[in-house]
Amino acid sequence: MELFGIWVAALLTLGIFSFLYKDNPVYKICESIFIGVSAGYWAIANFFDALHKKFWVGVFPTDGSDPNYMLWFGALLGVLMLLRLSSKIGWIARWPLAFIVGATAGLYMMLYFVSNAMNQVASTMRDVIVTSPETHLIMWGETIGSILIVIGVVSGLVYFFFSKEHKGVFGYTARVGIWFLMITFGAHFGYTVMSRMSLLIGRIDFLFRDWLHLLN
Amino acid sequence: MLSPLMAITVQDIGITVSLVFILLGLAWLAWRSFSGKEVDRRIIFLFIFFSVAMPVIFKISFKFKATPIVNALYEKIESLPNNSTVLISYDFDPAMAPEVQPMADALSRHCLSRDIKIVYMCLFPTGQGQLEQTFSTVVRNEFPEKQDGIDFVNLGYKAGGEGVLNVIVTDFEKMFPTDVNSVPYSEIPIFDNIKSCKNLDLIISIGGGRPGIKEWVLFVGDPGNIPMAAGVAAVVAPQLYPYYPNQILGLLGGVKGAAEYENRLRDSDPKFADMPTPATTMMGPQTLAHIVVMSFIIIGNILFFRNRKRGEIS
Repeated sequence: MELFGIWVAALLTLGIFSFLYKDNPVYKICESIFIGVSAGYWAIANFFDALHKKFWVGVFPTDGSDPNYMLWFGALLGVLMLLRLSSKIGWIARWPLAFIVGATAGLYMMLYFVSNAMNQVASTMRDVIVTSPETHLIMWGETIGSILIVIGVVSGLVYFFFSKEHKGVFGYTARVGIWFLMITFGAHFGYTVMSRMSLLIGRIDFLFRDWLHLLN
Repeated sequence: MLSPLMAITVQDIGITVSLVFILLGLAWLAWRSFSGKEVDRRIIFLFIFFSVAMPVIFKISFKFKATPIVNALYEKIESLPNNSTVLISYDFDPAMAPEVQPMADALSRHCLSRDIKIVYMCLFPTGQGQLEQTFSTVVRNEFPEKQDGIDFVNLGYKAGGEGVLNVIVTDFEKMFPTDVNSVPYSEIPIFDNIKSCKNLDLIISIGGGRPGIKEWVLFVGDPGNIPMAAGVAAVVAPQLYPYYPNQILGLLGGVKGAAEYENRLRDSDPKFADMPTPATTMMGPQTLAHIVVMSFIIIGNILFFRNRKRGEIS
C-alpha cells in the first residue's frame, strides 16, 4: 500500500511539473485531483473538528458536564450565513457577517494596536550610540545598526507622506526611503526564492529517494 | 599514505561535475543572450532543475555558523533549567514541511535532550500529521525513555485559530479538557503546575501561515508577557524581523535558519554528531540554485543597461 502511495505521489508530482513544458491534459487532471482532494479534506476536517467536536459535543456532552447553550447562538448564525444561497432572503446573511466583522475588529483592535504599533514603535526608540556596559566603549556594529534603523524609519515614513510635494530636502529624504524599501523588497524576494526552492528540493528529494531509490 | 588522487571521493567528483555543468550552462546562456538570441523559458526551468538535482544526488552540503537571531533561541533553551516546560505549536501543513519540519525536529531533540518537558499542539489540522512525524523520528526513536504525559504531551489540534489562543492565555483546560488520547487534563502530570500559557517557560510556533507566530505574539506573547520564539517558512521571515528581539527572542527563518540550528546543535555536543540534518543537506542545492538565480539577474541587468545605452529600450 505504501508503494502504491509513493507511485501515485510521484506520478502526480511529474504531472504537475509537466506544466513547465506547456499546459496539457495531464496537468489539468492532476490540478483537478488536488483541488478535489483539498476540498474534501477540509470539508471532513471542519465537520469533525468544528461541527462535531465543538458544537455537538458541547451541546450534548457525554462526560456529565453541563451543556453549553451559547453554542446554539453560533449555530443559528451559521445557518443564517447559508441563507445567502437564496435570492429572496439572502440579505439575512449580512447579520452573521456583521457579527463576524464586529467581533473580529473588537478582538483585534487593542491587541493589534499594542503589539504591532506601540511595541514596535518602542523598539525603534533606542540609543543611537550603543556603548558596552562593561568598558563603556562604543560598540560600532550595534551603533551602525541603530543609525540605519533611525534613517530607515524616518525616510520610509517621509516617502509615504504625500501631503507635501517631494522636493528639496524632503524629496531627497523620500528618495532614501525608496532605497530602503527596495532593499526590503529585495530581501523579501530572496527569502521567497529560498522558500520556493526548498519546496522544489523537497519534491526532487522525494522522487530520487523514495521513488527511484537513487539516494540512501 | 594515500596519494592526493586516491583521496578524491565521489562527492568531490560530484561537486566538480556540478560546478562545471553550472558554469558552462551559465556561460552558454550568457553568450546566447548577449548575441541577441531568445532563450526558451523551458531551458531556464531545465537548468534550474539540474542545478537542484545534481547537488541532491551528489550530496553537496556546506557548514553554517549560527547567526545571532538563531543563536538567541539556542541559548534560551540552553539557559532553561531541567523540568522547565516549553510549548511547541505545529502551525503548518505538508506544503511547508520541507522547510519547517527539520527545525521542529531539531527543537524537539534539543529540548528532550536537556530534560525539558514539551507540550505539543497544532493550530492547523494538518499539523497533527506533521507532529506524528516528529514523534516517530525523534521522540519515540531517539528518546524511548521519555513518557507520554510526564515528559511530553500531545494536545492535538483545536479549531478556532485566534479564539484558541485568546482562551489558553488564561486557561488551558477550558480549551483542551483532554489530550489527544482523551486523557483528562487533571490526570496529565505535566500540567500539575500549569494552568495557562503564563506558566510556560517558552512558546515556539513553527509555521508560516495564519494563524501563526504573529497571532501568537498578538494574543499570547505580548498580553501575557511570555517568552516567544518562532521557526517559519522563509517567505514570511522578513515580516518577522521587526518583532526581534523585544517580542520574539529568536527566529529560525526558512531552511537556512533550520540548517544553522542543526549545525549549532551538532557542534555543541558529541551526542548530536550523528543526528539527521535534513536542512543542512538541503542547503547544498539551495546555495547552487541561488547562485544560478543571481547569475540570471546579473545577466538580465547587464543586457538591460546595454540595450538602454544602445537606445533599444526607452
